Amino acid sequence: MKSGLNPKMELVKNLYGEVDEIPTRNGYGHGLVELGKKNRDVVVLCADLSDSTRALWFAKEYPERFVEVGIAEQDMMGIAAGLAAVGKIPFVSTYGVFCTGRAWDQMRTTVAYGDFNVKIGGAHGGVSVGADGATHQSLEEIALTRVLPNMKVIVPTDYLETKKATFEAARIRGPVMLRFGREKVPVITTDKTPFRVGKSETYRFGEDVTIFACGPMVYEALMAAKELEKKKIDARVINMHTIKPIDSESILKAARETGAIVTAEEHQAAGGFGSAISEVIVENYPVPIKRVGVLDRFGESGHPDELMAEFNLKGTDIVRAVENVMERKRR
Amino acid sequence: MAKERHTLEDMKRIAKEIRKDIIRMTHAAGSGHPGGSLSSVEIMVALYFDVMKHDPKNHNWEERDRFVLSKGHVCPVLYSTLARSGYFNPDELMTLRKLGSRLQGHPDRKKLPYLEISCGSLGQGLSIAVGMAIGMRMDKRNPRVYCLMGDGELQEGQIWEAAMSAAHYKLDNLCGIVDVNGLQIDGETKDVMNMDPLPDKWKAFGWNVIEAEGHEIDSMIKAFREAEKFKGKPTVILAKTVKGKGVDFMEHEAGWHGKAPDDDQKKRALECLGE
Repeated sequence: MKSGLNPKMELVKNLYGEVDEIPTRNGYGHGLVELGKKNRDVVVLCADLSDSTRALWFAKEYPERFVEVGIAEQDMMGIAAGLAAVGKIPFVSTYGVFCTGRAWDQMRTTVAYGDFNVKIGGAHGGVSVGADGATHQSLEEIALTRVLPNMKVIVPTDYLETKKATFEAARIRGPVMLRFGREKVPVITTDKTPFRVGKSETYRFGEDVTIFACGPMVYEALMAAKELEKKKIDARVINMHTIKPIDSESILKAARETGAIVTAEEHQAAGGFGSAISEVIVENYPVPIKRVGVLDRFGESGHPDELMAEFNLKGTDIVRAVENVMERKRR
Repeated sequence: MAKERHTLEDMKRIAKEIRKDIIRMTHAAGSGHPGGSLSSVEIMVALYFDVMKHDPKNHNWEERDRFVLSKGHVCPVLYSTLARSGYFNPDELMTLRKLGSRLQGHPDRKKLPYLEISCGSLGQGLSIAVGMAIGMRMDKRNPRVYCLMGDGELQEGQIWEAAMSAAHYKLDNLCGIVDVNGLQIDGETKDVMNMDPLPDKWKAFGWNVIEAEGHEIDSMIKAFREAEKFKGKPTVILAKTVKGKGVDFMEHEAGWHGKAPDDDQKKRALECLGE
């Protein structure tokens, strides 16, 4: 029986020690620049947030392929569709609240219904956005985008994965939503770590419970798994970066093989990542499941680390959720 | 590729056929938007039968001019224009809004490949047209982009975002047309949400403004030609029209925005149109 970290995933050597920390938005920024070099059809749009979304790096290299629209996200979404219609691969860059909130109808009707090849770089996802507070802390993007037909939804775990996701977004056909964050987060993967859209990856083997996580919560889940070892609970940890199309097979495999599930997202627990997984479980193979996420609160100002704790989005919260499902499993 | 030249008389005749199509289609569907479709007929005929470069036998022709219908609800006039241009058999027009039809209640480009966009939620088309024009500009390509909007539609803020960006990027390869029929669902535009003065607004947003008679094909063609020549700014043609034009009991009536004629009304309408 396999145990511990999955060597095929080629995660960083000192995962449980000192790890590099880089913001995932940098992965987007660098990803765009590399894409721009390889593919002349890639264009980048921004709505007055080029520095914080890192679209600026592309703008500096390829100014003739950068479109600044000012504070006008609905217009930006439409312009992107128009660019896609004439053969470009546009990346819309703004905060998650604005691309999925302000421009939701445009995302729905113009982009998704029209099935235009528009890629959405949704920055500043989660409470870890920090001091700006609730208005800028997007906690709803997964819920808002996964309900749209034709849309793919990806929440990469770290800097490297975000770069890979940016490349993949350009490579695959049709609308793609990429969600990433503001703060520096642990780099847990390496260049060799597999990343395929729609395919979740088992980072840690385990037989007692499965923790599905996305974004920065994958690191928290791995830390929780280490902690759970002490309690003799053997936790499988799966990086489910693609919420749509969801990897149902790995969900059902986890349900059958481990009998208990915890999901973890830096997002409202209602309607997002955990809900998507719950839907698969409930309809096919019901097992105890608990969602770690924001419990129907708006975000607020604070330091990113404080906020993750305040909103119960740490490894310790995942441990508690595991204990909850283990107890229900025993009943 | 050679473009068929149509005489003015020819185009007037086609306009009449399109009006009959609109009445028949919406009647057959039991729903639809005749009023705003009828007010846009001459605009569409001028574009598809004279001004635009396009090829009904090759809808993917890269060098074609692009037409974006932002006022998506008047798709009956677009569908009929496409059919009468030779994109598909006019018999198919009677499938409007039926289950499985390529002719959806509002344009669906995945179902009908001759459409540039899917739309129906007002205010979105001009931004898409701006994106197309920017894309053409990036690659130094020739195709022009035309975007037809309703006047009520100008109440949507996104239109003005697009207007700003078109002027900012000096998109003289973009031509907007506003079908100024003065009506919307809840009544006259000036009573519902006054937008006067329209020409001044567009000028203030940095556009070249041409006011034209929306039901005179030659006036529209003249306006389009002027727009082609104008450099440095996008052009908007404010076309003065009559909602329901061509059918006496529909003209100037807000009520015919989104209502299909019944059997009796269809008969009367077709009589008005010379049948």
